[in-house]
Amino acid sequence: MSSRERILGRVERALADVPQDDTPYEQAVQRDYLREHGNRSAAETVDLLAENLADYRALVHRCTEAELAAVIAGLLAERGSRSVVVPPGLEPSWLAATDVEQIADRAENTPHELDRVDSVVTACAVAAAETGTIVLDGGPDQGRRRITLVPDHHICVVRVPDQVVSSVPQALQRLDPARPLTWISGPSATSDIELDRVEGVHGPRTLEVVLVSDQASGAVNS
Amino acid sequence: MSGTFVGMPAFPAFPVAAHEAVNDQTLRGNLRHATHTIRAKRAKAVAELSDWAALREAGKQIKDHTLRHLDRYLLQLEESVTAAGGIVHWAADADEANLIVTQLVKETGESEVVKVKSMATQEIGLNEALEAAGIRAYETDLAELIVQLGKDRPSHILVPAIHRNRGEIREIFAREMSEWGRPAPDGLTDTPAELAEAARLHLREKFLRAKVGVSGANFMVADTGTLVVVESEGNGRMCLTLPETLISVVGIEKIVPTWQDLEVFLQTLPRSSTAERMNPYTSTWTGTTDGDGPRAFHLVLLDNGRTDTLADEVGRQALRCIRCSACLNVCPVYERAGGHAYGSVYPGPIGAILSPQLRGTASEIDASLPYASSLCGACYEVCPVAIDIPEVLVHLRERVVEGGPVTREGNKVVLQPAKGHAAERAAMRAARWTFTHPGALRTGQRLASRTRRFHPRTLPGPGKAWSGTRDLPTVPAEPFRDWWQRTHGGKDGAK
Repeated sequence: MSSRERILGRVERALADVPQDDTPYEQAVQRDYLREHGNRSAAETVDLLAENLADYRALVHRCTEAELAAVIAGLLAERGSRSVVVPPGLEPSWLAATDVEQIADRAENTPHELDRVDSVVTACAVAAAETGTIVLDGGPDQGRRRITLVPDHHICVVRVPDQVVSSVPQALQRLDPARPLTWISGPSATSDIELDRVEGVHGPRTLEVVLVSDQASGAVNS
Repeated sequence: MSGTFVGMPAFPAFPVAAHEAVNDQTLRGNLRHATHTIRAKRAKAVAELSDWAALREAGKQIKDHTLRHLDRYLLQLEESVTAAGGIVHWAADADEANLIVTQLVKETGESEVVKVKSMATQEIGLNEALEAAGIRAYETDLAELIVQLGKDRPSHILVPAIHRNRGEIREIFAREMSEWGRPAPDGLTDTPAELAEAARLHLREKFLRAKVGVSGANFMVADTGTLVVVESEGNGRMCLTLPETLISVVGIEKIVPTWQDLEVFLQTLPRSSTAERMNPYTSTWTGTTDGDGPRAFHLVLLDNGRTDTLADEVGRQALRCIRCSACLNVCPVYERAGGHAYGSVYPGPIGAILSPQLRGTASEIDASLPYASSLCGACYEVCPVAIDIPEVLVHLRERVVEGGPVTREGNKVVLQPAKGHAAERAAMRAARWTFTHPGALRTGQRLASRTRRFHPRTLPGPGKAWSGTRDLPTVPAEPFRDWWQRTHGGKDGAK
């Protein structure tokens, strides 16, 4: 007998008490929890995202579409970056204002090569305000998972309010499970020393999130 | 830990091990500091969600439903993982799982692997098995690294090095890192940020050259074949995405039926474990993805006592556990005794009900674990999947004292009553006889009342230890039933 059959047989015998007509999945789980917490306007949801991102030590910037290239160029310059990884489908205009060396995200790049790159700029798939989370799904403007992992500085652009949802349930609903997903809530951190949170272990130690809106208003840095 | 998990016989009974631990002042201080820090934070993070009770109930229902139909969901998972490009292996016990993983690593021709923190691989003693086959396993979680470098045993589910303070961690890094790779920086201090930096530098080269990653998983989604790893440091992402081959060893109880079910656990798990709204990184992957991440993905489904646990209608709720460790952090016994006293990779209240079920109650440590509790119920209160730990503890105590039918390695067997509980059994038998003989009860009570001046303050013989820390109940001057007879004339209602 294979182990597969052995285990499945054990499971079946262990569940001898479960009736054939046991309550089906749809009725067994009562989902009377909330889809989101609180009632917010779209603008308030974006504010909450900014607040929660900042609470977990992400650096949050807000600008309009027209200002974006200058903001990204400024962040790279401020950081002193000499090179930046660029996903294949990133909107070219975003990097129009910087003269930092651009390195394409390619399958041939070795982890050692990526380790020598200073920064990475990506878009995202969705952001959840209540938890201050941005999610990458490996889309053309986000690239392979490793490019947002090995470089120490990640600039992530979120289109607001379109890409922002309130809650975890709403975020899951927008995502495709078949894609490899990375949920990011602040820079890498650990609670392993005396259960106290310290930022900065293996992932990028600096996470900058740029919330870009298409209105010409609020060019406010926070 | 050494050897495989099943039947590891070397651990002394809980009271013996705990006795040593409670006299260790440093350990007491470290545990008190850490558990108290996290308790207040967890309460705050939970209070942010007005629907916590509903989420907790839904989490319980999802897990219960899955367990009740585990055979069906296992098959569904196997099908969806395979369809997504993964290869599924089945391991009935620790030895078999270790053999499968060792074989898979050997097939890649590599002699080292990087590891994400995983309870399942701790449980089966995978590192030791790999070592014996000439393969070096590098733990990459900060706390696991501290444990591995310190040649220590884990003492907490989430923070295995919780028993170490920053000064001790600095010592271990400065002394041991050079043995394993890049040495600790000169002049390393004990500030947590510097210690984290030292770990980053030490592990970097290992991540960048790694060809094989080994992980567990927090959840497996049956309908999509997706695996989920919830972490903080980014070491998980490194191990899950940089290597060419990924091997995940996961307990069969980690399944949830649908993608939507994650909406419950991704809210309750981070808040219960690290008291965060969300942990820094969560990775999900479904089989393999062309050009992104590992080219080969192996899933090893692990039984190792889980189906035996499933066969116990009361005890099976322990399989709902999502390994958040909130019950450890809140437990007064864990806070004082520490994790090592539990003689298992699963310490604390959940360990006290999980280990004796996964391993059986034959060893001294496993027979003593159901007693490692004051039954205060704080663990049940904080559990995000509402495991009634006190209920299972009492159930397991009964099994230890009385024996009876259990399932071991898939076979139904009858346990003999454990040794060392003879006095308990005799007392219970005497009580049963007395309560079913009212005449004897009355005579006994009267006799006790009249002789109460002569009662000792402590029990003699085997009862001595019990009364060493407890007052014996005072016997009233007049038994209740006599008082009732005298004041109410034996009639119902007020006089």
